Amino acid sequence: MYGNAYVETDGKQVNSLVADEDPVKLAEFEARIAAGEKIEPMDWMPKEYRRQLIRMIEQHAHSEIIGALPEGTWITRAPGFRRKLALMAKVQDEVGHGQLLYSACETLGKSREDMINDLITGKSKYSNVFNYPAVTWADSAVIAWLIDAGAIINQLTNSKGSYGPYCRALDRICAEESFHLKYGHDNVVFLATGTPKQRQMVQEALNRWWPPIMHFFGPSDKASVHTETLMRWKVKMASNDDMRQQFLNMYVPKIWDLGLIIPDPLLKKDETTGKWSYTEPDWEVFKQVINGNGPCNKERLAVRRMAEEKGRWVRRAILGENARYVAPLS
Amino acid sequence: MSIQSLDPRVTRAHIEENTQEGMQEPLDQLQTYEVFQQKKRGTHHQHVGSVHAPTAELAIVFAKEQYARRGVCVNLWVVKTSDIFITEYEDEDIFSTTPDKYHRDPESYKVMDRIKAYKEKQLQQS
Ligand SMILES: [Fe+2]
Ligand SMILES: [Fe+2]
Repeated sequence: MYGNAYVETDGKQVNSLVADEDPVKLAEFEARIAAGEKIEPMDWMPKEYRRQLIRMIEQHAHSEIIGALPEGTWITRAPGFRRKLALMAKVQDEVGHGQLLYSACETLGKSREDMINDLITGKSKYSNVFNYPAVTWADSAVIAWLIDAGAIINQLTNSKGSYGPYCRALDRICAEESFHLKYGHDNVVFLATGTPKQRQMVQEALNRWWPPIMHFFGPSDKASVHTETLMRWKVKMASNDDMRQQFLNMYVPKIWDLGLIIPDPLLKKDETTGKWSYTEPDWEVFKQVINGNGPCNKERLAVRRMAEEKGRWVRRAILGENARYVAPLS
Repeated sequence: MSIQSLDPRVTRAHIEENTQEGMQEPLDQLQTYEVFQQKKRGTHHQHVGSVHAPTAELAIVFAKEQYARRGVCVNLWVVKTSDIFITEYEDEDIFSTTPDKYHRDPESYKVMDRIKAYKEKQLQQS
């Protein structure tokens, strides 16, 4: 759900995916991907490849921009000057990631104006985790550590995909994420090794964020021809469950190390298979939140709308007379 | 009803919940510039991506924020995307070396055979 390829289950005929594509061009395209080559904006590509990438990259871009809001809330109240500086830098990075991703998506033919319109009207989605509030400073610490950890797993996986501009944007993004992760971990460790009150704060934040974190990678993928095709085209690089397992494997031990309690009594690793078992997340809640009924959906979009509206006169005033929009090259 | 938030700044802004505000018109997100970065003196400038900006001067400001926030950079160029001329990948074959271009290839100059033959001839004559 961050920048995951997502297969609709609207009962559309899966065979019609590539039915009206030129078979020769399609075969060349697939051979190129199988050989590990990247697809560039001017290359021929199947309509469904373009459509899925637009949807995925756009959703990822919106997630970065909206994701800056819950954390941005704490900039003015961050404890201490160094943390304030670091949080500002992190939030700036996230907005920068959004810009890089919007550009990558524009190369596929959707303008930034159209993407922003689809965001503020609720037509395009963004990661559901950002519809939850950062109630205390400890929430911002848990977000920076664990949500960014999930984002890194997703982004490293996707950076091996087939679309050149998306991969290049992700390489840049991943390089910056390591600072976010370290910064977040530092904040969580500071609280978890602090006073009883600080420990309680971080434990409560973890309790609040665990369900959204388990939702982060999305529901199990349905096995379908569509999913298979997206995997062959290297649009989808790993199953949602595989990424969730990877996350649990890397971070549960680190959380337990701090003596924190993860609010799932069924969470444990099967030492023989190496797989984690857990309480199945409530996907009905997930669906509700995605569709606009989370605690902060309205606020997030309203803040975005206000920013666009209040900034318009400035953009108009500085725009040169002969301005002409052309999609970025790569 | 205006938005009540945990963030005091949001509450103070009195933002209405459901409005049509913010809808974008063409060029609301300005025009695009391609950015070229030189990381070190003596190296080539390299294309690193693009920015949306109203003018070249502001494109430089945004490019600095976007591509040179950390790490090394000594110089930036920006150019309007619409001013760039490009070749098509479909015409990629114009770059391939064809037999009629062998005269450009150092490997195509083979003098050793001739020198050997010449030396042998000299030996025979002496
Ligand atoms: Fe990010
Ligand atoms: Fe991040």
